[in-house]
Amino acid sequence: MSILSADNLTKNFGGLMAVGNLSFELEMGEILALIGPNGAGKTTVFNCLSGFLTPDEGDVILEGKALVGLQPFQICQLGMARTFQIVKPFPTISVLDNVMVGALSKEKSTADAKKKSLEIIEFTGLSSMTDKEAQGLPLPLRKRLELARALATQPKVLLLDEVMAGLNPTEVDELIALLKEVNRQEISILLIEHVMRGVMALSQRVIVINYGVRIAEGTPEEVVQDKEVIEAYLGKEFLSAQG
Amino acid sequence: MDSTLALQLTIQGILLGGIYGLIALGLSLIFGVMGVINFAHGQMMVMAMYVSYWIFVLLGIDPYLSLVIVAAVIFVLGYVVQSSLVNRILDYPEAIQVLPLVSLGLVLENCALLFWGPDHRSPQTALSLKTFWIGSVMIDVSRLIAFVLAIVITILIFVFLKKSNIGKCIRAAADNRTGAILVGINVDRINNTSFALGAATTAAAGVLLLPLMPVSPHIGHDFTLTAFIVVILGGMGNLMGALVGGLILGVAESTSTLFLPATLKQVVSFSILIIIMLFRPQGLFGGKK
Amino acid sequence: MIRFYLFLAIIFAVLLLLPLFLDNYILGIFVMIFYWAYVGQAWNVLTGYTGHISLGHALYIGIGAYATTYLALTFGLSPWIGMFFGGLIAAAIAFFLGFLGFRFGLRGVYFVITTIAFAEITRLIVSHIEALGSFTGIFLDFNPSFWNFQFRGNQPYYYISLGFMVVSLVVVRLLETSKVGRFMVAIREDEEAAQALGVNTFKYNMIAIAISAFMTSLAGAFYANYIFYLHPNTLFGMSTSIELILRPIVGGLGTLFGPVIGSFILTPLSEISRAYFAKGGLEGLHLILYGVLAILVVIFMPKGIIVYVKKLLAPILKSKIT
Repeated sequence: MSILSADNLTKNFGGLMAVGNLSFELEMGEILALIGPNGAGKTTVFNCLSGFLTPDEGDVILEGKALVGLQPFQICQLGMARTFQIVKPFPTISVLDNVMVGALSKEKSTADAKKKSLEIIEFTGLSSMTDKEAQGLPLPLRKRLELARALATQPKVLLLDEVMAGLNPTEVDELIALLKEVNRQEISILLIEHVMRGVMALSQRVIVINYGVRIAEGTPEEVVQDKEVIEAYLGKEFLSAQG
Repeated sequence: MDSTLALQLTIQGILLGGIYGLIALGLSLIFGVMGVINFAHGQMMVMAMYVSYWIFVLLGIDPYLSLVIVAAVIFVLGYVVQSSLVNRILDYPEAIQVLPLVSLGLVLENCALLFWGPDHRSPQTALSLKTFWIGSVMIDVSRLIAFVLAIVITILIFVFLKKSNIGKCIRAAADNRTGAILVGINVDRINNTSFALGAATTAAAGVLLLPLMPVSPHIGHDFTLTAFIVVILGGMGNLMGALVGGLILGVAESTSTLFLPATLKQVVSFSILIIIMLFRPQGLFGGKK
Repeated sequence: MIRFYLFLAIIFAVLLLLPLFLDNYILGIFVMIFYWAYVGQAWNVLTGYTGHISLGHALYIGIGAYATTYLALTFGLSPWIGMFFGGLIAAAIAFFLGFLGFRFGLRGVYFVITTIAFAEITRLIVSHIEALGSFTGIFLDFNPSFWNFQFRGNQPYYYISLGFMVVSLVVVRLLETSKVGRFMVAIREDEEAAQALGVNTFKYNMIAIAISAFMTSLAGAFYANYIFYLHPNTLFGMSTSIELILRPIVGGLGTLFGPVIGSFILTPLSEISRAYFAKGGLEGLHLILYGVLAILVVIFMPKGIIVYVKKLLAPILKSKIT
């Protein structure tokens, strides 16, 4: 059963087609990875899904509701949360206050929001930083914070934009474990990722896009052996050198 | 509607508009290079007017002749302000930068009040009251000279920026700060020079204005606002836009007196400002950012 | 925490008792301290907490003053009631401004300039309205009575002004800990991120500007009945708009006690230098001091003097419990 679907999504910037007729479905409970070389249009897709950009053509359906034309905050309230490629913490307030903003979009009272926030902070391993100013956090913890805030909005679908970038292998493994746990709590995940280790470990399915169009789809193992995908990442010469 | 009157007002507006353009040119230069909105702009102009006034009163030198000296004095003032104050706030968010500059304007304005008192001062120069006629239109000599000089100075600045080495560095820094640093341009020095040049340009405008308008400590902020309106009208950082915007605003203000009392002139200017900000925020000549 | 509230209670008690010991002139200074602290706090709601800089807040002071006065002169309406109508008008105009800013995208410096433009346009228009005193202004008759919001001597004004300040502290404190206030801060910190977390930023921006405008306009009503003279240049003028932002900036932008601390520092400074220097012909010196102080604070102590005050008071306030 698909929880999120994009249908013929198209976005142009001036004369440039950033995303072209892209269609895909995210099954309920699934982790789907969206990969592709730099500039392939992945973040544009996210922006179209989450309301930060309006696609020129196409539909986005979340649990049967049409999302195109809605504002980002409305889409979040409907159950789809996103993180940003370059993290956007609320710098001068504490980790707890950061997460509470997310929690308050669903919880009615501040007390409930605080309780929920502390739970999520615990879950994401940020307890020791609860009262620290967000801008003082090192990058890996800022990424956790970004994730914690999004989780606080009680999403059914989570859009993660390169959440593993800049992390060392240990940090990546920790995050993989955390995301598996998130998924176990019935949150479907669509992730943009360059860190292949994460893609292989987490996703059940992978979609590869290049120049805004899908060039491959399948399990992680299938996709990394796909000729078109290799060519997209490594170039024609590599492919012909391989024979 | 009396067409002679309308023509008269239009011409007066154009003549004054040249000066507006010059004031705005200074502001635009500062914004173009550093992205800083100089909220103390009008007050710097007022300083220039006072310097020019006192040179006239104490040394007998006509403002038009002392213009270069005054501009140089204000250039130095601008350099000092930039290197000691503005430099430190360059990386602050745009809106926060406003605060120290507004405070600077406050300081300059009240320094003028402190030193020279609140009275209006107007130099009685040789040309003060001379006029001549073209057909049925009366033209103030001072206004005409001011306009011509304003255009000349504007052209000189354009040429300077286009041809001279420093000018090219300034344009480079305005275009792409990081790139300029990477090719070895001393961006700090360029920032200082740009601010100083912007201040000096405005100073020149003030000197040209002096024979036309009495100076008092508090007229500064009206001119800061006028400069803003012109810059937004023409396009932030666009120097040609500043000139054209100045002319347009000059004419708009002047001809508005056909329908409104002169004291409501500024309502027209502000309304133009709001309309431009809403419907063409990049200004008439600004490209899309 | 308990120590801190005790501390506040003591200060409040002292302030309540001061009028018994001070002469009328000094009381007048305190009236102004509380007044500017209140106005600064109202501005703080929009600028410090929500992050939208307004340099035209005098607009709302003017609206409050003129609306209240007009209703009092024309209908004999008590300023105690009139001030709420003034507040509604101020909020309405703030909504209009807010629309231009938050829906039509006039942000950053464009927003600042819009706030200036609104104040200036209103100043010019009011200067041409006969019923509102035109260029001469309005002189209020002195008919002291509670209902008229006019009193003999500074003592009653002292308590009212103090009351305003305390109420503003309570209101902003409640805001700080509530959902509305938290969303406002989120907008200030990163409006896009706030959107992504489900915050209806347009709605909360509008709430912020309306509250700020409403609160500010009440100060205008107070001012009119304290000074007894209304003039568009004072009430809507840029100098007032600039004056009212200095205390929160110096004290601590976006903090609860910033405007109060700022006012306790700058207002006496202003009064003393005005009294001392103006006689010697050094008019305007106090504004120069203001300006220099504000510049220094923004550059060297961007978080305001409150940071040092907190450090100073830390030993006194350190709770034994936590």
